[in-house]
Amino acid sequence: MLACKDLKIEFDRKPVLKGVSLTFPPRKISAIIGPSGCGKSTLLRAFNRMHDLTRGAKVTGSVTLNDREIYADDEDPVLIRRRIGMVFQKPNPFPTLSIFENAIAGLRLSGVRDKNALKEAAEQALTDAALWDEVKDRLKSNPTTLSGGQQQRLCIARALAVDPEVLLMDEPCSALDPIATAKIEELMFRLRERLTLVIVTHNMQQAARASDRTAFLWMGELVEADDTEVIFTSPKKSMTEDYITGRFG
Amino acid sequence: MIRGHQLRKIRGRCMEAVCLLAALVAVLPLFAFLWHLAAKGASSLSPALFTHLPMPPGEAGGGMKNAILGSLLVVGTATVAGIPLGIGAAIFMTEFARPTVASVLRFACDVLSGIPSIVMGLLAYEIVVVPLHHFSAFSGSVALAFIMLPVVVITTQEMLHLVPHSLREAGHALGIPTWRIAASITLRAAAPGVLTGMILAVSRIAGETAPMLFTAFGNPFLSLDPKAPISTLPHMIFNYAISPYDDWHRLAWGGALILVLGILGATLLSRFILWWHQRSLNS
Repeated sequence: MLACKDLKIEFDRKPVLKGVSLTFPPRKISAIIGPSGCGKSTLLRAFNRMHDLTRGAKVTGSVTLNDREIYADDEDPVLIRRRIGMVFQKPNPFPTLSIFENAIAGLRLSGVRDKNALKEAAEQALTDAALWDEVKDRLKSNPTTLSGGQQQRLCIARALAVDPEVLLMDEPCSALDPIATAKIEELMFRLRERLTLVIVTHNMQQAARASDRTAFLWMGELVEADDTEVIFTSPKKSMTEDYITGRFG
Repeated sequence: MIRGHQLRKIRGRCMEAVCLLAALVAVLPLFAFLWHLAAKGASSLSPALFTHLPMPPGEAGGGMKNAILGSLLVVGTATVAGIPLGIGAAIFMTEFARPTVASVLRFACDVLSGIPSIVMGLLAYEIVVVPLHHFSAFSGSVALAFIMLPVVVITTQEMLHLVPHSLREAGHALGIPTWRIAASITLRAAAPGVLTGMILAVSRIAGETAPMLFTAFGNPFLSLDPKAPISTLPHMIFNYAISPYDDWHRLAWGGALILVLGILGATLLSRFILWWHQRSLNS
């Protein structure tokens, strides 16, 4: 189980996340919603230590995966990112690698050499990402020849190939049309059978239809977290209700 | 009676003509130079130029085989040393170094690239020729490597900066080590631009004459020994051009044509690589 406790994040001494405690149950889709600038992406990026790469970012508090502290001194962020994968807002396949090479980039560039293993991993990951049938005849093509939705599924395949336990998705559909979005959501439901999924979204309908748990953030603080059904039908805080009914944000 | 809009049209035409004239004047020297060079050099362009060694003063014939091979050796050695070093330094500055360290290094490179090449030759003289007590091909390569290094670092760095941050982020999110992201993703994405920069850097040092005067020194005989003095094309052109012999003047023109064609060819090659890469990305 992925969890954070009293997580605070600041950039150049400016606090962005002000002490958030949350748990993300395994084999469930958890959505993080909130208005722009509320710190949802910042929270998500703390879970695989992406803030380590940003100068001036300071993370305090605790993030644990299966009760092991991710921010412990002896934990290697590179290894943590192999267990906690990430998909970004804008599809970002490597433009100099082929579709096939993209799918197994995480394995090959981490030292896996066995050609047959890589081939199998590529097919498996592309199948898991519901992309295999569309690309199996053009594995050597450049990923920029794919549509936006296909590119995003390639990025998901790339993340799955490393066999993570958790998949973080940072507004994965905000650059996609409704049909491509539906495909990604379908895919999320299938991945839920074996992964912990955390998705940041600014699309309330998406959170309502495609998540099991929903956390509502506002100004760097957690307002409310509960089962998605509860959040969207009978939230406990009036602020949550105001936000999901579109009165602000 | 000229109406307002007609006047405006005429004024526009005039401005266009002035700009066209400026453009023509700007490229005129290049074509004049190429024409002159071709006219003067083509007649002495013969197989002998490539295969024969220089003759003693006053005797007809002879070629520049020693200088052509010498240039290849000296420039090649400088390139083999300068390019990996420069790319490595650029990767360190963009991918690993703290911003303050990177900007100090960049400033140093900017200063270094502005230092006259003859001063770089002097440096190579001080640290290679003086301790070894003789002029050598190696010292010439050291001088050229010094000249090339900041050019390689600056162009590579510019190209690495153009690679979107999202690609590095994607690499990190997959648990790929930083050095591997730099080598296999960032540098690879920047490769066409870096390659163009390299070719331009090589073209630049291939024509250097001043630092050769007191490092490679020149040698009328064929030598490929890195420890011995060696002749290079620009240096030989210089020597022949200031000689009193007509035959040597003609050879100097031929050598100049070879040098310019080589550089022109390299520049065209880099353009072609860029074009080809762009096309393969779009297909």
